[in-house]
Amino acid sequence: MSVLNVTRKRRRGRRGEQPMVPDAEFSSYYGKPVINSPVWSVPDVPGYLFLGGLAGLSSLLAAGSDLTGRDALGKVGKLGAFGAGVLSLVGLVHDLGRPMRFLHMLRVLKVTSPMSVGSWLLSGYVPLAGVAAATTVTGRLPRIGALATAGSALLGPAVAAYTATLLSDTAVPAWHDGYREMPFVFVGSGATAAGGLGLLAAPIAQMSPARNLALLGVGLELAMFRRMRTRLGMVAEAYDTGKAAKYVKAGQALSALGAVGAVVGRRNRIACALSGVALLAASAATRWGVFHAGMISSEDPKYTVVPQRERIRKRRGDKEF
Amino acid sequence: MARLTEKTVDPASEAGYVDHPRRMGFFTDTSVCIGCKACEVACKEWNAIPEDSGPLTGMSYDNTAGLGANTWRHVAFIEQRKPMAYQEPGVDHRDIDGLALAEQGFSVSEAAEEFRWLMASDVCKHCTHAACLDVCPTGSLFRTEFGTVVVQEDICNGCGYCVPACPYGVIDRRADDGRAWKCTLCYDRLGVGQEPACAKACPTESIQFGPLDELRERAARRVEQLRADGVTDARLYGADPDDGVGGDGAFFLLLDEPEVYGLPPDPVVTTRDLSAMWRRAGAAALLAVAGAVAAFALGGSR
Ligand code: SF4
Repeated sequence: MSVLNVTRKRRRGRRGEQPMVPDAEFSSYYGKPVINSPVWSVPDVPGYLFLGGLAGLSSLLAAGSDLTGRDALGKVGKLGAFGAGVLSLVGLVHDLGRPMRFLHMLRVLKVTSPMSVGSWLLSGYVPLAGVAAATTVTGRLPRIGALATAGSALLGPAVAAYTATLLSDTAVPAWHDGYREMPFVFVGSGATAAGGLGLLAAPIAQMSPARNLALLGVGLELAMFRRMRTRLGMVAEAYDTGKAAKYVKAGQALSALGAVGAVVGRRNRIACALSGVALLAASAATRWGVFHAGMISSEDPKYTVVPQRERIRKRRGDKEF
Repeated sequence: MARLTEKTVDPASEAGYVDHPRRMGFFTDTSVCIGCKACEVACKEWNAIPEDSGPLTGMSYDNTAGLGANTWRHVAFIEQRKPMAYQEPGVDHRDIDGLALAEQGFSVSEAAEEFRWLMASDVCKHCTHAACLDVCPTGSLFRTEFGTVVVQEDICNGCGYCVPACPYGVIDRRADDGRAWKCTLCYDRLGVGQEPACAKACPTESIQFGPLDELRERAARRVEQLRADGVTDARLYGADPDDGVGGDGAFFLLLDEPEVYGLPPDPVVTTRDLSAMWRRAGAAALLAVAGAVAAFALGGSR
C-alpha cells in the first residue's frame, strides 16, 4: 500500500537566469507526455529542413552571381540548389507513412497547412532549379535558363523560410513557442549553408559574395537563436537537454569556426574549403538540434503543463486586479 | 484569426454544410466512471482496431497508457491519498471487511477517508477548431455534417503532421500501416441514427452522447449538483466555447486538475497563431533577399 500517491509532482530546479517562470510544481499522469511526439524520423526530417535552407539560399546566390558575371559561383549555386532541392523532396516523400501517396499532397492547397504550402512550393521550385542547373551545365537555352534561375530565386527564400512555420505550427512547445524567431534562425542557417557551399566549391576569385552571405547568415542565426531562447522561458531548457544540446552547441562552435576561417583564410583555397565544410555542418547541426529540442519538449509533460499553468495563473491574476 | 474570436461557432456550417444535423458530441462524466473499460472494448470491437497491448504498465489498472492510433478510448486510473469528498452510505463497506483491514494496521475510518480512485475515459475532443484538420495537407481529415473530425483512410498519406499538431495527444500514426488513426465518433453509426459504440456500452452513463448544446446544459446542472453535495473538486473541462480550441465536441466532468488525468490545462489550437507565423516567415524570406543583395553589394577583394 505504499505507492498510492502516483500522481507525480515535481519541483523544477532553481534557474537564476530564468525569472520569467518561477519554480513550479506540476502534476502529470504517471509522467506520461501530454501531447503525442512527432513520428518524423531522422535523418529525413532534420535533413529536409537543412537541405531546404541550403537550396533556397543557393538559388539567391546563383541569381546574384549571374547578375554580377560570376559564372563559376553561379554554377555552384544552381547545382547546389537543385541537388539539395531534390534531396529535400526525397526526404519529405521517404518520411511519409505511405510514400506512394505523395501526390495526395497536391489534391488540395491549404494555407492552414504549411506542409501543403510547402509541397506546392517544392513542386514548383525543384523543376525550376533543375532547369536552371541543366541549362548552365549544358550551356543550352540560356534564355530559359535565366528565367528558371530568376524563378527559383523568387521561390527560394520561401523554400528556406516555410519549414520554420511547418515546425512552429504544432503543439510542440519548443517549436510552437519559438514561432517569432524560428524563420529567421532558419533563413540565417540557410545562408550559412549556401555560403559554405560557395566557399567549398567556387573558385577563390569569385568567392566573396558567398563569404559575405555566410557571415551574415551566421550573425542572423546566432542572434535570433538567442532571442528565441529568451522568449521561450522554461521551454528553452529543451534546447539545453540531451541530443538537442549537443547539436546546438556543435552548430554554434562550427559556425564560429567556419566564419573565422572564412575570413582569416580568405587567400587560401584549402582554408576556404574547410571553412565551407564547417559552415555546412554548422547549419545541419542547428537543424538537428532544433528537431531534437522539439522531440524532448514533447516527451516531457513539464514543457506542456508548466507554461499552460502559468498562462492560466496570469489570466486569473489579470481578472482579479 | 478572426473566426476564433467569435463566440459560438458551428463547425459544420463553417465547413460549408448548409442543411446539416445538430452538432453531436460526448459528455464524459468521470464522477460515475467505474473503470470497467467496456468503452475501450466496444470501441476496439466496433472499429476493428488492431490489438496493441504490451506488458503490464504498473500504472494502477491502466494498461493502455494513453490514446493513440490503436486506442481511441482510454480509461485513466489515478490513485490518490485524498479523502473522497462525499460518499453514499450505501456503498460503504466498513461493516464487511473491517476486521481484515484492522489486521493490516489500518483504522477503518482512516482507510476510507484517505483514499480515492479517479477513473476517466478519455477520447478525441472533436475540437471546434481542430489543429489536426487544419494542418492536414491532403484533406484526408475532414469535418463531418455532425461537426465531428474524421480521417479518410483512403486519402491519408501518413505525413504525420496531425500527430504533433493535436494539443491533446490524441491522433497517431500506425507503425505497420503508415496512416493516421483516431476516434471517428462512430461516424458510420451516427449516419444510421445509432449512438457511438462506447456510449452504448457504458453501463453507468459516464459516457453520454447527444446534441452538444443539450449535453452542455446537462453538464452544467450536474457539476452544480455535485458541488452542492460537497464535491468541490468537480469541474467541467472542454465545455467552454471561449477556450483555446473553441470548445470541445467531447468534453468532461473531472474531479481534479486536467493534468492529473494527462490532459493539457490550457490547450490552444496551434493555428490560432498561424497568420503571425506566416507573416514572420514572409519577413524572414524578404530578409534573405536583402541579405543576398548585401552579400553582393559588400563585395570584397575576392
Ligand atoms: S483532439 Fe486532437 S485529434 Fe481530436 S479533433 Fe482535436 S486536434 Fe484533432
